[in-house]
Amino acid sequence: MSESPITRMAEATPQPLARKVRGLSDRAIAWIFVAPTIFLLLAVNIFPLIWTINLSFTNFKANRPNREVEYIGLRNYERILTDSDIWLSMQATAHFLFWTIFFQVLIGFTLAWLINKKFKGNDLWTTIIVLPMMLSPAVVGNFWTFLYQPQIGLFNYVVAFFTGADPSSFEMLGSVQLAPWAIVIVDTWMWTPFVMLICLAGLRSIPDYIYEAAEIDRASKWRQFWTITVPMVMPFLMLAVLFRGIENFKMFDLVVQLTGGGPGSTTELASINLKREAFEKWRTGYSSAFAIILFVTVFGLASIYVKALNKVKDR
Amino acid sequence: MSNFINGLLRMRRGPWEMVATILIALGVFMLMQPFAMWMYTYSFIVTLVGTVMFIIVSHFPE
Repeated sequence: MSESPITRMAEATPQPLARKVRGLSDRAIAWIFVAPTIFLLLAVNIFPLIWTINLSFTNFKANRPNREVEYIGLRNYERILTDSDIWLSMQATAHFLFWTIFFQVLIGFTLAWLINKKFKGNDLWTTIIVLPMMLSPAVVGNFWTFLYQPQIGLFNYVVAFFTGADPSSFEMLGSVQLAPWAIVIVDTWMWTPFVMLICLAGLRSIPDYIYEAAEIDRASKWRQFWTITVPMVMPFLMLAVLFRGIENFKMFDLVVQLTGGGPGSTTELASINLKREAFEKWRTGYSSAFAIILFVTVFGLASIYVKALNKVKDR
Repeated sequence: MSNFINGLLRMRRGPWEMVATILIALGVFMLMQPFAMWMYTYSFIVTLVGTVMFIIVSHFPE
């Protein structure tokens, strides 16, 4: 009869070590297994967070490590929360957040509703639609920069075709009015498939017998849509909105590739502003306070997100 | 409404979580709105209170 792997391992364990392990309680053995993960978590997540909170109360500058560090209390927070430039970057973030979520939900839900209708080539279309989501933000940023080129960019030619305007008469990335919309278009193009997938999961979770019952009651398609489809997909939509909201609040890579925060500071989102304060102006204490403000905001949103997620699970 | 107030008085999780959620949402709105600087200034404290409250009340009984 062949021995089990556990028996073989037990036999291979040196006697002194085996004796030591035998003396340990189950709880102690469990701690031995969990300890490396806890240690990693503390070193990589918790310690930097506590250190950042500590730095946020100081005037520390990372490019002058030998300068004496002074504790200045809540002054960094006071400066940030009365700084009109940071307020403007928050407004740029709000514009980006609101419009990306609006378009992604609108287009994502419509696509999911269409894909949910059974037709030939359904799976192929789903795969094609989902492709942008799988690309790297750096790649997307780079090729949309080419698409937005006023002389050779395809985007300008498409707009010119429909409006009759000269393709080189407007510059999506160089115009103060158009640049905030340029980043909204790219993020919508990239992340609408994600919202579509979540909505599709919601639509497919609605049992057919509810629609059959509605048909028997002679409810119109319009009525069925507003009283069955929308309420039942709503928790999924909420989830998509919260998820995209949190992600876009931290948006950095795509916008840096596209505009670098320009022209001027019209597309300087909160995370880009934070990077400038931390690694261009080297105001480490100040930027730590800024990071904590963003962290608390994202943490708060994440709490709502978890609550919404639990509601979906309970359904 | 009376259920909600009763829940608050009896320290129930649901209504308190609702209050914390409203505070967080209000704080995020105040942080990003373009209307008044004073709302931006007080946004962080509102979000912080909401977030800390959410962590505490999520341990309240259902």
